[in-house]
Amino acid sequence: MATVEVTFTPLPAHVRTARLVATAVARRSGVDEALLDEVRLAVGEACSRAVEAHRRHCPAEPVRLEMIDQGERFVVVVSDHAPTASSASAGGANGNGAGNAPVVEVAHSDDDGVIPAGFGLAVISGLADDVHVSSTSDGVSVRMSWPSAVRA
Amino acid sequence: MDLKLGHYNKDGIEVVDVEGEIDVYTAPRLRELLIDLVNKNNYQLVVNMEKVEFLDSTGLGVLVGGLKRVRAHDGSLDLVCTQERILKIFRITGLTKVFGIHETVDQAIAAKKLEK
Repeated sequence: MATVEVTFTPLPAHVRTARLVATAVARRSGVDEALLDEVRLAVGEACSRAVEAHRRHCPAEPVRLEMIDQGERFVVVVSDHAPTASSASAGGANGNGAGNAPVVEVAHSDDDGVIPAGFGLAVISGLADDVHVSSTSDGVSVRMSWPSAVRA
Repeated sequence: MDLKLGHYNKDGIEVVDVEGEIDVYTAPRLRELLIDLVNKNNYQLVVNMEKVEFLDSTGLGVLVGGLKRVRAHDGSLDLVCTQERILKIFRITGLTKVFGIHETVDQAIAAKKLEK
């Protein structure tokens, strides 16, 4: 069970709220202060991607954000319900699996096409040392984790 | 914090002051401003990001889009930024090689004058 779970309407305005919640929960879970900016940016990228996908395919469906304190790791999972290229499950079992998933990539709608689809996931890969992207018939799930201090 | 935008002309170069968070929600406003400036024949731009608290890939896309527009008129778009957390996203995306990044607005303007 997630430590904190948030679902939100796929509107760009709510991505900031999601970032703030994730950062607060990460801090509470013992993630080092030096990593909080990375958590904030990576969660923002994952939520932006999910919001863009939902706005195109299923604007009535909420985006799900789960934050899990696993003791030595702080885990964030951002899940969407937009259609994917493949119904097969994918994603690396170890390390960075962001580049392996057959995900329908979503380009930003307002950047004149100068930023390639998948750029957000590439940024996440550069920020979190552990990233897994799974694509199923239900949508895409981005799972990221960071080390956290184990509280006595 | 929301996004605050302002701009002024100094020595023929348009300086855009950006304050707050540039993300999927606010980036369209920056994009509109950059388009408006280019449409008004401002092709030498400096974007001052010293008061930017957050920047994501949507914001990067807007900056790259602005650069593309001014370059179409032989112009340039330089940035002013010394904040490590903002510079980091330019580094991991390789965009430090695309933008001129300066420590102060005056340095950015001086560099642009040398280019002319």
